[in-house]
Amino acid sequence: MQKLEARNVNLFYGEKQALKDISLGIDPNTVTAFIGPSGCGKSTFLRCFNRMNDLIDNVKITGDILIDGRNIYKSKINVDEHRKKIGMVFQKPNPFPKSIYENVAFGLRIKGIKNRTILDETVERSLKQAALWEEVKDDLKKSALSLSGGQQQRLCIARTMAVEPSVILMDEPASALDPLSTAKIEELIYELKSKYTIVIVTHNMQQAARISDKTAFFYLGELIEYNATTTIFTNPKKEQTHNYITGRFG
Amino acid sequence: MISLKERFIEAFLFLCSLLTVLITLGIILILSSETIKFFSEVSIIEFFTETEWTPLFANKKFGILPLVCGTLLVTTIAILVALPLGLTIAVYLNEYANQKFTAVVKPLLEILAAIPTVVYGFFALTFVTPLLQRYIPNLSGFNALSAGLVMGVMIIPYISSLSEDALRAVPKSLREAAYGMGSTRLQTAFKVMVPAASSGIIVSVIMAISRAIGETMIVAIAAGQEPKLTLNPLTSLETITTYIVQVSMGDVPRNSIEYSTIFSAGITLFVFTFLLNNISFVIKRKYHQKYE
Amino acid sequence: MNSSQVNRIKDTAFKFFAIACTFFGLLVLAVLLYDILSKGLTRIDWDFIVNLPSRRAANAGIYTALLGMIWILILTVIIAFPIGIAAGIYLQEYGKKNRFANIIEINIANLAGVPSIIYGILGLELFGRILGLGNSILTGSLTLSLLVLPLIIVSTREAIKAVPSSIREAAYGLGATKWQTIYSIVLPSSFGGILTGLILAISRAVGETAPLIVIGALVYVPFAPTNPMDEFTVLTIQIFNWVTRPQAGFVTNAAAAIIILLLFTFMMNGIAVVLRNRYNKKTRF
Repeated sequence: MQKLEARNVNLFYGEKQALKDISLGIDPNTVTAFIGPSGCGKSTFLRCFNRMNDLIDNVKITGDILIDGRNIYKSKINVDEHRKKIGMVFQKPNPFPKSIYENVAFGLRIKGIKNRTILDETVERSLKQAALWEEVKDDLKKSALSLSGGQQQRLCIARTMAVEPSVILMDEPASALDPLSTAKIEELIYELKSKYTIVIVTHNMQQAARISDKTAFFYLGELIEYNATTTIFTNPKKEQTHNYITGRFG
Repeated sequence: MISLKERFIEAFLFLCSLLTVLITLGIILILSSETIKFFSEVSIIEFFTETEWTPLFANKKFGILPLVCGTLLVTTIAILVALPLGLTIAVYLNEYANQKFTAVVKPLLEILAAIPTVVYGFFALTFVTPLLQRYIPNLSGFNALSAGLVMGVMIIPYISSLSEDALRAVPKSLREAAYGMGSTRLQTAFKVMVPAASSGIIVSVIMAISRAIGETMIVAIAAGQEPKLTLNPLTSLETITTYIVQVSMGDVPRNSIEYSTIFSAGITLFVFTFLLNNISFVIKRKYHQKYE
Repeated sequence: MNSSQVNRIKDTAFKFFAIACTFFGLLVLAVLLYDILSKGLTRIDWDFIVNLPSRRAANAGIYTALLGMIWILILTVIIAFPIGIAAGIYLQEYGKKNRFANIIEINIANLAGVPSIIYGILGLELFGRILGLGNSILTGSLTLSLLVLPLIIVSTREAIKAVPSSIREAAYGLGATKWQTIYSIVLPSSFGGILTGLILAISRAVGETAPLIVIGALVYVPFAPTNPMDEFTVLTIQIFNWVTRPQAGFVTNAAAAIIILLLFTFMMNGIAVVLRNRYNKKTRF
């Protein structure tokens, strides 16, 4: 069974249609990249999977989105519970103005977990998974805002993993970072693949080529082409895809 | 699906914000119901045309005009002080002064608005009036002039701070364009910046007027308690607010006609400020849209 | 003289005029403070603080007025803070879309401009007569609570608005409910701003006179209030009462009481400024 599946998804901001009839399926334990020029709808589509678009007024969505075969836009779904299973990492690192420890523990605390041992273990495990533990283990009480941009983003990844989601959505997670931090994040994504299904929106085509198994190319709200990454970058089927990856526009 | 707890919290928060509407309704209901009682005994024509206000005397007359006149006279004096000073300060801080100077001076000026008004009343009565009497011998001990002047100083920060915010909101490009064409700072300030920020400046002035009309303690202490239909700032007079204080301090029996005058005076005051507040709100909405 | 020289002279002239205007405001402030200090400072001693009011100026003290003020403040804080913060949260976080929220917004802008004496009339009728609370401390506190409510709501909203949406999204993304996001992320992040607003509200309540006169607060209270249903006076009313007495001794008393009142006001405003600066520095995102 596919981990994530979209069927004929349309999305409107008021009158304006931002996504047009998009259908695609994503296999478990893979990395899928969404690419395309700014405003093509790739981030908007990503945010459909954890119903983040609900937070914006005036958004209407039609079609179905299934996770493990369950339709998440059915009315009975509890959105908060659903979001606990789908982690998200944002474009700009957005740690809470709390300590490093409390940032990672946040997801557990809102589940009502107060047991100190569980919290400690989870914080350590998540920070280790995010390859941040060695850098911060001595000052977990320090404010997360004192970390560098790259460290903050890895903290956000650790925070996401602490709630043990099965899917991680990443919205241009490295776009605000320097090359060195970007390399660390990419390495991390590659390692996380064995445990999670990862969907990543990126501006950077080399990045998509380096880390993803499959790539979807979006243009003006439409899914133009979706295929194995190697195929997309070496032998695209569509003219528009070819033009985009060879840098003719975007 | 939203949990019961979430719904309960939202309902509680909603009720708290609903309370603010109830306050307004409460004010309107109480003022108008008592005023209706008042007008069952006093003719509404007398209220608006009679030139004397003597509800506390044996020979009762109920003309609101003297109180309105007193209120507007003091307000006019206050605005004549606060508008030129406040606007000049705003332009200076925005266009001329360096940031350090502004950072020190602005909060200092805002102290003027934080001082309790009873203190200003004391200052007007025991310092400003004796000072002015040295130069204006026929100035009475209670007078509109010193109350108005002191009130004007008090509301300087209302105009200077809000106008400065409005000036600061003018896009930089406009100022650069003016300088680019060779304007001096003064020309840029008054021919480009002030017109561009005019709606914000007007809002600040309207709010200052509204504040002055409703101000109580300065006039209650320094302007006197004699309702007079006069434009002479040197004599004592009475404002709407002072009258309400005067009745509250006395021992007027409830359910008497004297008692219900505070509601008819109150609703007059409320209508004035309500109109001014709404006008400024509408202007504010409009110009926010312009720059956003 | 050519026109550019004329312009330069005008420019310089305006500059000096503007500096004079700025310093005029500050000068009045300085004169006011000096005048009050020179009239009242020598009158302040321990007896002045702890004495009951008296018909003889030299014996009179502000004890009951101070206690009345503290009673009023504490009850106002208890009543107004939770309601004001809750309403601010609702308006900023929940009620964004509907027409009702729009009405409330206009309404609060209006309430903020309603003269304080009108709140006094509302309190007199609603709390004093209809609810039968008379001219008690409770009536005074309820009245002042309504008065400072718009102030608290507006500052709470401003503080919440300053919290970047990115960290809200992070909380939602982790599966936090709306209230969890507000309670554990938004409120702690805007704590400084909210607190600043609360302190300014207290400062406003301390300085109010007119609404308390209207609800029937007394001018002469020879006993210390012991419960919320007691009659009371406050410092500002005591000052007003002394100012209106003809004897010179009472003017001195008024000035001395003003010094105490201004100490409160300046302390509150000082704390607010310090808080604002500190949290502005600390909570940069």
